[in-house]
Amino acid sequence: MTSTKDRKQKENEDWVACIARIRESQDEAAFARLFGHFAPRVKAFLMRSGADATLAEECAQEVMAVLWQKAHLFDPSRASAATWIFTIARNRKIDALRKQKRPEPEDLPWGNEPEPDQADVLALQQESNQLGEAIAALPDKQRVLIEKAYFSDLSHSEIADQTGLPLGTIKSRIRLALDRLRHAMK
Amino acid sequence: MTYVQIKHHLSDALLMAYSAGNLPEAFSLTVAAHISMCDECRARLGAFDAMGGAIIERCGTAEMNAGSLEATMQRIRATGPVKTAAPARKCNLPQPLQDYIGGDLDAVKWRSAGMGVKQAILPTSREATARLLFIPAGAAVPDHGHRGTELTLVLQGAFVDEVDHFGPGDIEIANEDLNHTPVADIGADCICLAATDAPLRFRGLIPRLAQPFLRI
Repeated sequence: MTSTKDRKQKENEDWVACIARIRESQDEAAFARLFGHFAPRVKAFLMRSGADATLAEECAQEVMAVLWQKAHLFDPSRASAATWIFTIARNRKIDALRKQKRPEPEDLPWGNEPEPDQADVLALQQESNQLGEAIAALPDKQRVLIEKAYFSDLSHSEIADQTGLPLGTIKSRIRLALDRLRHAMK
Repeated sequence: MTYVQIKHHLSDALLMAYSAGNLPEAFSLTVAAHISMCDECRARLGAFDAMGGAIIERCGTAEMNAGSLEATMQRIRATGPVKTAAPARKCNLPQPLQDYIGGDLDAVKWRSAGMGVKQAILPTSREATARLLFIPAGAAVPDHGHRGTELTLVLQGAFVDEVDHFGPGDIEIANEDLNHTPVADIGADCICLAATDAPLRFRGLIPRLAQPFLRI
C-alpha cells in the first residue's frame, strides 16, 4: 500500500519535472512522456463527457499543445500536473461541447519570487495524491456521483439535489488541500 | 483587488459546478468575478480543481490515433510561442467583468429600470442572464421572488435585505424560497452583478407588468 503511495508521489514529481524541462529547454522527450500518460486520459475524459472519438482526439491534441505553450504558467505549488491538465481539458470541453465561453478569475498579481518554494511544491503534490486516494476510497455510489459531476453527466434532478453529493465525506481532504493552497498563495 | 472583509462566500455546490464546467455562462461570470475579489474562494476552487485532477487520473484511457504525438508537435510548431497576457491594469472592476463590458464602469451602457434603478444586460448564453444593477443610495429594488437561482455580487457600495448586509465582494445566493427587497446602503450608490436562470417574480402588479419590457 505504502509503495503504491510512494510510486504515485514520485510520479507526480516526475510530471512536474517534465513540465519544467519543456519550459526551460523545449524538451520534446519530456513532452512525449507527458503525452503518453495524459493524452489518452484526456481523450477518455472528453469521451465520457459526450465527445465522439474524432472530436475527443482533436481536443486531446489541442489540450496537450496548450500544455507546451503555457508551460511557463504552471505553478507546482498550486496544482499537480493532473490538476492543471484537467483545467485545460475542462476549458476545451466547455468551448467545444457546450459552445460557451468560460469566464476565468483574474490572475493573481505576480510575486517577487519567480521560483515557488520547494516545500510548498512537495506538500501540494502530496496533498493532491491524498485527495485522489480519498476519492478512490469512497463507496461506489458516492464516487460515481462525483465523477458524473465532473463529466457533466448529472441529470437535472441530480443537479437540483447537489446536497446529495458526498462532499462532506472528503471535506477533511478538501480542507487540507485548501490550507496548502492558502499558504502557497501568500 | 481582493477584499479581506468578505463574509458571504460561494457554496461548495457552486464552486464544484464551476470547477467541473457545469454552470451557465452568466453564473460562471459571477463566480469568476467573486473569486477575483476573494482569496478564500480562490483557494477553495483550487481544491475542487484538484478533485478534477484526481478524476482525470482515474477515468481510464482511450487510445490516441497513430501519429498523434507527431501531429501535436506540428500543431505546436505551427502556432509558435504564445505571448503572456499583459498584467491587468488597475481598475475598479474584476478582470472577467471588464472583458464582458469591454472596459471599465464608465463603458457600461445603462438603461433605466425605473425609480432611479439602472441596469445593463451582459452578452452571455441564453440559459441564464447576467446584468449589472445600479441602485441609488437608499433606493430599493422591487420586492421579488425567484423561480430559479439568483446570484448577486456586490461590486461597489452595499445593500441590505431580509437576510443580511452585503458589502463589496459579498455574494448572495437566493433560491425559490426567498422573497427579498434589496435596499442600497444609504452611504453610497450600490453596483451589483446579478445572474438569474429564470425570470424574477415580482409581487407587486406594476413591476410585474413592466417585467417583459425591462427584462428584469
